[in-house]
Amino acid sequence: MYDEHQIPIWFFIGLLLTIYGVLILGCGIYNIINPPEHPVKLANLHMDIWWGILLLVIGLIYSIKYRPSKRQP
Amino acid sequence: MKLLKNLCIAAFLFVFLMPFKTATAASGGAASHLLNLSPIDMVIIAIYFVVVLAIGFYLKKYASTGDVFFMAGRKMTAWIAGLSFISANLSSLETMGWSAMAYQYGMLGAHAYLIGAIPAILFLAIVMMPFYYICRTHSVPGYLKLRYGEGPRALAGISFTFLTVMVSGASMFAMAKILNLLLGWNMNVSIWVSSITVGIYVFLGGLLSAVFNEVLQFFLIWLGTLLVPILGIISAGGWTRMLATAQKNAAIIHPTVQNADFTSLWRNLGSFDTNPMGIDWFGMVFGLGLAVSFGYWCTDFLQVQRVIIAKDLRSAQNGTVIGAMLKMLVPIIVTIPGLLGLAVLLNPNGTPMILVPESDPRANITLRTFNDVLPLLMGQYLGPGLLGLGVTAMIAGFMSGMAGNVSAFATVWTYDVYKPLLNKKASDKHYLSMGRWCSILGVLISIGTAYALFYFSNILEFLQVLVFFFIVPLFGTVILGMLWKRATPAGGFWGFLAAIIISMSMWVFVHTFPDGSRPHPSVLISNNAVVSVVKQSDDKISQVIVESGQIQTTNVAIPLEAGKEPVTSGQYVVPQTGVELSGVVRDGAVANSLRVLVPDAVEADTKQHTKFGVEGIPLALKPGVTIRASYIAKKFDAAAFNPAHTKYIARSEKAKPMAVNMYSAFWSLIVCLSVTIGVSIFTKPKPVEELRNLVMGLTDIPDEGPCPWYHHPKLWAAAVLIILIAINIIFW
Repeated sequence: MYDEHQIPIWFFIGLLLTIYGVLILGCGIYNIINPPEHPVKLANLHMDIWWGILLLVIGLIYSIKYRPSKRQP
Repeated sequence: MKLLKNLCIAAFLFVFLMPFKTATAASGGAASHLLNLSPIDMVIIAIYFVVVLAIGFYLKKYASTGDVFFMAGRKMTAWIAGLSFISANLSSLETMGWSAMAYQYGMLGAHAYLIGAIPAILFLAIVMMPFYYICRTHSVPGYLKLRYGEGPRALAGISFTFLTVMVSGASMFAMAKILNLLLGWNMNVSIWVSSITVGIYVFLGGLLSAVFNEVLQFFLIWLGTLLVPILGIISAGGWTRMLATAQKNAAIIHPTVQNADFTSLWRNLGSFDTNPMGIDWFGMVFGLGLAVSFGYWCTDFLQVQRVIIAKDLRSAQNGTVIGAMLKMLVPIIVTIPGLLGLAVLLNPNGTPMILVPESDPRANITLRTFNDVLPLLMGQYLGPGLLGLGVTAMIAGFMSGMAGNVSAFATVWTYDVYKPLLNKKASDKHYLSMGRWCSILGVLISIGTAYALFYFSNILEFLQVLVFFFIVPLFGTVILGMLWKRATPAGGFWGFLAAIIISMSMWVFVHTFPDGSRPHPSVLISNNAVVSVVKQSDDKISQVIVESGQIQTTNVAIPLEAGKEPVTSGQYVVPQTGVELSGVVRDGAVANSLRVLVPDAVEADTKQHTKFGVEGIPLALKPGVTIRASYIAKKFDAAAFNPAHTKYIARSEKAKPMAVNMYSAFWSLIVCLSVTIGVSIFTKPKPVEELRNLVMGLTDIPDEGPCPWYHHPKLWAAAVLIILIAINIIFW
């Protein structure tokens, strides 16, 4: 990283992926409860749920590992 | 709080302005939108804009010196340098464009990520990086100044600054056009919102900000696109079945290369006839693998800048090797979608969906284009939320590509044009200020270029090629300077200039048509004309009748009156006898099938609007129909290649544009090397003392101390090379 006091880029990435994970997972759950009128192909695999979970896990790992408080003096 | 308020306003404006579907001059008219975004998708896109702006504002306090603004402080780790290096090249034009290439050329498209990249990136890491790093240059033109003097630096600096903003503008125009066609977004709003965002974060954080956003974009583009190949392969019934279906459908989709093998990397390169690119192994190895690839990866400053900012030489080398490793993975999200386009994109009746090049008159009227392969697959497999992520990845790719160009422009302009030629003795603060304002200037020139393309869109055709005019000669000049101490300043300058001139001359030559380039005979039926369609029992169209309205013909001989010569140009009204155009049109000795395009007509029986395109079908014109006829025979056509000329450059009349570009690059490199060596032999070299730390044999590579075995760049470079060989054997 550039500066020891600087928030690492990995934290920004973690934060963004966590938000996206929550949104996409929420969207997947909503689609199970209210199936869309014109579903996309292979909608039965519920990839939005799995992908949302994946984003959330990656995002949380990065957010926690590189959280700013850990690096501040 | 003020920052948060500004960001919220930006997000609000984005969400409400982007979807405005105002027609623009260049928007392409009647094409329906390919993707429909839900509110959750718009929220995902808006969040991306907020985050990149927040990063820009956050990094402002760190970009307080010229070294940080232009070179990110030269303190990046190997991973950040490597991700940024590869991400700067992974723009949306790249992913969409190379998916289109794979749709057009099959698995051969993957060579751009294998032999067309990896050896060159490894060469940069192991051989060239020490020179770039040790001489502490700010840029590649900066190296030329140290090695050869002011002439080659001025030539490279000026051509590079000009090119970066032109390419940046072209990317912006392409982005606005694609977002308009895919999503119906207003082109003006797309251009201004993305430009202002990029302008703000580069102005604030310089290269540091650009690098941060490139790393962010790397994650987005992978996570937003990776589902397409995964779901596509599942849908196609597995890898083997997908390849078999792609090969079977390719014969229907690309009838001009019916016997070509679309699913091999090398097996089909034995002759020009057995592959869809019209190239042989020699052109692939020496054109792509040597000239294009080494030119692009070793001397394109946009790329090199990403790794010379690493904290030490070992990090710079390891970062470059990491970039090579990641580059080999890109075919997963680029080449596989292209092959999937051949296999799983089907019409409602189950037949393969035919896509056409942008230059085809049917493009975006009755047929989608090659460039739509990836978005079509996204629309097919990605539901709400995931689609937003996919579109965000595309926008992120466009914006980070533009930020890369703008930050490189600011660096080269400030250090290689402004400082040496205009103001040699200013303070660091002054150059920092110049760099900041250059970022804004770069964005404004890019916007100007984008608007110029609204009216001269065919410029886009050669803007892409323009880069090769300069980077291949640049590589020849730089590599001789690094490896041969006898290369002289005069040799470097004249070799560089001669190769640029030869590149341009070859480009002009293959697009020149002494007998005239005649576009395919076609008829465009104007909007709201009334038509009747006669169909056979199997529902195929057998005749089209224009009842009223206007048509435009191109290169069609029209038998207006019996017993008289057919007319080919002018404006006419069909007489009482009516006019019948045959499905086959003759132009001298050449017979061509007539192409009829109906983008938005009214059916006479049902009064419903219809659009379709047919070829080789007779067209009847009822009395009163207005004809605007034109006959076009261009001596120079940037969108077409003259086969009689390409055979001298690419060794075959069957060479497709990509093959011609590869061979042109090879000849350009040969000319550069020959002229540089020839002139150097007869001119005076620089004293040896001035070449220290610039030339192999006169440079002591510093010992960076001991490190664990797994930090050695050469070890990982060897591993990457072995994987490259294995991939080529597996997909031989």
